[in-house]
Amino acid sequence: MNVSNLQPNSEINAKILISEANEHKDESYVKMVLRRFLKHRLAVVSAVGLVLISLVALFAPFLAPYDPYAVTGAFGAGPSAQHFLGTDLVSRDALSRLIYAARVSLQVGVGAVAISSVIGTILGLISGYAGGKVDTVIMRIVDVFMSFPHLMLILVVVSIVGSSLTNLILILGLLNWTGMARIVRGSVLSIKQLDYVKASIALGFSTPRILFKHILPNVLAPILVHATFGIANAIMVEAALSFLGLGVQPPTASWGNMLTEAQSMTVLTSQPWLWVPAGVMIVLTVLAVNFIGDGLRDALDPKSIK
Amino acid sequence: MAQVTLQKNPLIEVKDLKTYYPIKKGIFSKTVGHVKAVDGVSFSIYPGETLGLVGESGCGKSTIGRTLIRLEQATEGQILFDGQDLTSTTNKNLVSMRKNFQIIFQDPYSSLNPRKRVKDILAEPLLVHHIVDPAQVNKRVDELMVMVGLPRQSKNRYAHEFSGGQRQRIGIARALSLNPKLIICDEPVSALDVSIQAQILNLLNDLQKQLDLTYLFIAHGLGAVKYISDRIAVMYLGEIVEIGETRDVIKNPKHPYTKALLNAYPIPNPHLRAKERVFIQGDVPSPANPPQGCRFHTRCPIATQTCREGKPKLEGGVHKAACFAVEL
Repeated sequence: MNVSNLQPNSEINAKILISEANEHKDESYVKMVLRRFLKHRLAVVSAVGLVLISLVALFAPFLAPYDPYAVTGAFGAGPSAQHFLGTDLVSRDALSRLIYAARVSLQVGVGAVAISSVIGTILGLISGYAGGKVDTVIMRIVDVFMSFPHLMLILVVVSIVGSSLTNLILILGLLNWTGMARIVRGSVLSIKQLDYVKASIALGFSTPRILFKHILPNVLAPILVHATFGIANAIMVEAALSFLGLGVQPPTASWGNMLTEAQSMTVLTSQPWLWVPAGVMIVLTVLAVNFIGDGLRDALDPKSIK
Repeated sequence: MAQVTLQKNPLIEVKDLKTYYPIKKGIFSKTVGHVKAVDGVSFSIYPGETLGLVGESGCGKSTIGRTLIRLEQATEGQILFDGQDLTSTTNKNLVSMRKNFQIIFQDPYSSLNPRKRVKDILAEPLLVHHIVDPAQVNKRVDELMVMVGLPRQSKNRYAHEFSGGQRQRIGIARALSLNPKLIICDEPVSALDVSIQAQILNLLNDLQKQLDLTYLFIAHGLGAVKYISDRIAVMYLGEIVEIGETRDVIKNPKHPYTKALLNAYPIPNPHLRAKERVFIQGDVPSPANPPQGCRFHTRCPIATQTCREGKPKLEGGVHKAACFAVEL
């Protein structure tokens, strides 16, 4: 093919020279996202914090000073050299319980969101892209799910299947996909009108390829942001349910059911070591997850100049 | 510019094409009418030529382009590509046929996926359609970049790192990747600076010569179209009102709408400006409820009772016009 008569023009050369000066040349998308994420200080600190919490949860049997179920003898004792965070009303070591409780909270958060994100994303993609009757049917299902009072439903389901960690994750995951489905559908509705999707159709790409390789990467930012809020939300719902006695059942420790102790007025006012650490852990984890979501949103957008 | 050769078989033949969009109302989405975006259009495009398609916004010219390559579903009529009817072909057959016709879009910003690098944008069609051996993909991507005047080194960049003109070049390279015969240019220069417009038009011209391409060039004004087209079709409200060789249409327009369009184009030299200029007033009537008779009669300066009652046919050999006032 004869290409010699096509002179690249000066406008292009000037632009290229300018951008050639930029440091990133051959980096992949993942590398670019990582580089941008690392510039978001709060997100990096949060990520480090969350990794630490996860590691502590993972290696709980090695890190916890006591068996979380073992009765030590001191009932509701304050912090001391033997028990850094004191003991609870049944004389179990509070620090050990806090460490083991991290496992429960993180599992609930990540597990429930993983389930709801997959369901919500797939249904949202289909609903938004297919349109018409398919869209109507899926969105009506979403409406039905959203109009159930979730707490009542959880109560009923828990009383039927019993309240275990797995059941809790499944219930929260299967109930909370609706928000994700709506967000994904909304983004797909606007993206599918764009010319690059039309171009993909004209190029003869299959519908799954267009959905997952062309549209999905462009809705990833809202998905990730929503998912991080979802993790935070699931951790809090678990805490709330456990506080009400519907969540993870004692003697298994969760941050939520450790807070239950604060239901008693004496504990609330005179034994803060029984509930403050659990509350602080919930706040820190939820905050960290949200900051990571913020950082990811900025890092995932190639158009942001950071 | 390629010579118009009417004796050749047309590459694509459009017969009485209609594309309607339903207007839906109420909670049960009842169809209460149709927007007749394209209403009974027939024309042919011959191999190697450029057919310019002009008309005001909303007249259906982009819809024709998109219907031709089945981005929109035709309501009625036939589109024969190399003798095969595109409107009724199976989806499976369509996928392999899509290689033959591609599109270049107007907006260089929304036409490229912001999450993909240029090399991914260009390599994907090559891999999906097995255009070249997987080992040769990189080489082919480089070739495509050079062909449209982009430096090879910039292939690792994302679309937003380029200027409008460069992005349009990427869009052209993507359209070329499948070695198509026909390219629909849907107002490819309207969104660009005037200086860049000329570069892109020259590029399209050069590519046509090198690769033996056929263009359907859509534009809203006659400026770019008369430069690049061998023939011009003028559209008004979903119908073609005049079609003919570029020189004839520009020098000797038959339809009053074409005259008005030509008048709307400013002449840079004040001494050459015509004393009499035909102006048209008012807006385009709604394509959901087009006027009876000749569709242009509501705005036509020379409309008579005949125009309000009867519908003129597109007639007159090579240079056709749909107007009662025209001496054929």
